[in-house]
Amino acid sequence: MTHVLKIEDLHVSVGDKPILRGVNLTLNHGETHALMGPNGSGKSTLGLAIMGHPGYEVTSGSITLDGKDVLEMAPDERARAGIFMAFQRPMAIPGVKMADFLRHATTNVRRPDRKEGEELIPMREFRKELREKMEHLRMDSEFARRYVNDGFSGGEMKRAEILQLAMLQPKFAVLDETDSGLDADAVRLASESIADIGHQKMGLLIITHHDKLLEHNPPDFTHVMLGGRLVETGGKELAEELHQHGYDRIRKAYPDAEALNQKLLAEEAEEALA
Amino acid sequence: MSTDAPAEPKSEIGEINKYNFRTETTGVFKAKKGINRDIVNQISDIKNEPDWMREFRLRSLDIFESKPMPKWGGSIDIDFQDIFYYLKPTDHQGKTWDDVPQEIKDTFDKLGIPEAEKKFLAGVKAQFESEVVYGSLEEDLAKKGVIFTDTDTAVREHPELLREYFGKIIPPEDNKFAALNSAVWSGGSFIYIPKGVSIDFPLQAYFRINAESMGQFERTLILVDEGANVHYVEGCTAPMYSTESLHSAVVEVVVKRNARCRYTTIQNWANNIYNLVTKRAYAYGDATMEWVDGNLGSKLTMKYPAVHMMEPGARGEILSIAFSSAGQHQDAGAKLVHEAPNTTGQIISKSISKNGGRSSYRGLVSVHPGAHNSKNNVVCDALILDAESRSDTYPYIEVSEQDVQIGHEASVSRIGEEQMFYLLSRGLTEQEASTMIVNGFIEPLVKELPMEYAIEMNRLIQLQMEGSVG
Ligand SMILES: Nc1ncnc2c1ncn2[C@@H]1O[C@H](COP(=O)(O)OP(=O)(O)OP(=O)(O)O)[C@@H](O)[C@H]1O
Ligand SMILES: [Mg+2]
Repeated sequence: MTHVLKIEDLHVSVGDKPILRGVNLTLNHGETHALMGPNGSGKSTLGLAIMGHPGYEVTSGSITLDGKDVLEMAPDERARAGIFMAFQRPMAIPGVKMADFLRHATTNVRRPDRKEGEELIPMREFRKELREKMEHLRMDSEFARRYVNDGFSGGEMKRAEILQLAMLQPKFAVLDETDSGLDADAVRLASESIADIGHQKMGLLIITHHDKLLEHNPPDFTHVMLGGRLVETGGKELAEELHQHGYDRIRKAYPDAEALNQKLLAEEAEEALA
Repeated sequence: MSTDAPAEPKSEIGEINKYNFRTETTGVFKAKKGINRDIVNQISDIKNEPDWMREFRLRSLDIFESKPMPKWGGSIDIDFQDIFYYLKPTDHQGKTWDDVPQEIKDTFDKLGIPEAEKKFLAGVKAQFESEVVYGSLEEDLAKKGVIFTDTDTAVREHPELLREYFGKIIPPEDNKFAALNSAVWSGGSFIYIPKGVSIDFPLQAYFRINAESMGQFERTLILVDEGANVHYVEGCTAPMYSTESLHSAVVEVVVKRNARCRYTTIQNWANNIYNLVTKRAYAYGDATMEWVDGNLGSKLTMKYPAVHMMEPGARGEILSIAFSSAGQHQDAGAKLVHEAPNTTGQIISKSISKNGGRSSYRGLVSVHPGAHNSKNNVVCDALILDAESRSDTYPYIEVSEQDVQIGHEASVSRIGEEQMFYLLSRGLTEQEASTMIVNGFIEPLVKELPMEYAIEMNRLIQLQMEGSVG
């Protein structure tokens, strides 16, 4: 049986502000989808709603994983069910070493029935695997001893997210601008590593504004989000078109969605000034 | 003979005290409850003390009786006449493990003393109620001239050192509880490290209150001679009782020129104990004194380890961690007194308050006239886990010199929703995530602890955190 993550007519609000207005998306295990769209259109919101961020309220619609109701699950249960998100802005956890954090996370995700307080993955086994994966990502071994995202450069943070993807081996992963903040060489490495770790082995939803990350991860589908809705879906040529020509055609073709997007952006600017 | 039954039903969730058990003891001698000249004389008789010590005790008793209770800190509600001031569990001090009575071993077993014993056979001393009943000292330490014994023995065997230093760093006049300790003190450690001798493993001691309503008044004196180096570690735990107990220790440290001393304490008292401790060190030219102080449990802790930097180049560092939960008040802090030029002081304090607990930082930085070119930096961070809990900061700064650098930073934070979500999204449960965030918060201090204490500290935090979320 191939795994399926299914999103149907999803509406999400932040506070009392509606952001997503009916998103439909079916992600099959082994597929790669690109999710594009202008700033503020709701791409990160979709990812955060899939992961279960408490600030993003699902007002209607459904998310299911192999038919099971994901909305019923707490974020940690979603992670243990095989859902992952690489964040656009990962949080720093001062004082917590990457290795300790990852050993805990990896144990919980690999052994979803583990009770609190039960043994973690044996240290040696874990260290060996972590070292190998870090070498693969050309990360300095010193990195494992640093505190989670604390004082990391933009590039280091994104690389740490990819390392977590590699360790946790989820069924489905949302990668939210995992290319931003990386220099050209680092983006190429990220693209290769993601392909290596996840292409055709996971269901990938890659949120990006550029084409480099997709170089080694050609999307089976490309979706365009505007004003909280997926207004168009195509193949990898759609991604190429958007990179070359931007969103003008899309904005003109979907004036209602464009109006909503502008309204949200205006509100955001207002809030920023207030 | 021992029982595992706690003396009272477990209170709220999260109020787990790992050492919530008691061992029956048949004390050989138990002084009457209360305090007066007769009791103090009796303690001195039993210990067969020299006259100078008896006089010191009696003088201290007068001072204790004439001093008012401290007006700051926490609220103290103690009936001084309802406390046992002296209890001697065995009539001689055990030389080897085999000599230690079984019931006392049972208590040690539960505390994990045998493990510590295995690891640090050399340095372990254990205090059971008022007397040191078991201690061993590695031979080559003795060969180097190191003295590591209980303070009662030191009064008999090292009178010249004791008469010179005992009660000189913290005289009984200092405060009401120092006076009380000076009158009825019993046990505690005496350490002398000769010139140039460096001990490269920590010397350790365990302290423990057992009999109900029994005060524990240990008295520790550490002398680190010129160019010497020592790390002393003290861990304290106590079983839980319904009547309030009092722990009031005095710790005096002298660090001579170019010497170094680190004194590490992890205290996890039961929730009904008043923990009122006076700790002070004198650091001389280019010497370094470090206090590392972790306070968990107790009803009220008032403890402000102090370093007086007496000569140029002296350094004083104080690292303090406080964790307070329901019904607890940690009034902890530090004192740094710059009495000479070119001295450097640093205070780092971290406090965590949970389930209505209250943590206060109370600190004094004092720069005396003439202590020019001195530097002092204070950082205190508080983490509050819920809306019922509380944290306060009382920094006092007295500077009588122009040419000094003084820094003070304070922060108060709560566990952020975003940090929590990040950890949950990686499969950690709420419990694991909040414990991890708290451990991360104190990590900069925990990494200064010897390995097994760092593990113990993380475990204690985990126990304190259990049941706190969800
Ligand atoms: N936590 C929040 N609080 C307030 N508004 C929010 C929050 N999260 C998202 N929004 C709003 O929802 C809208 C969609 O934001 P989202 O981050 O999903 O956009 P995006 O498509 O990921 O944009 P970008 O390409 O810039 O990353 C924006 O108007 C944004 O201001
Ligand atoms: Mg975004």
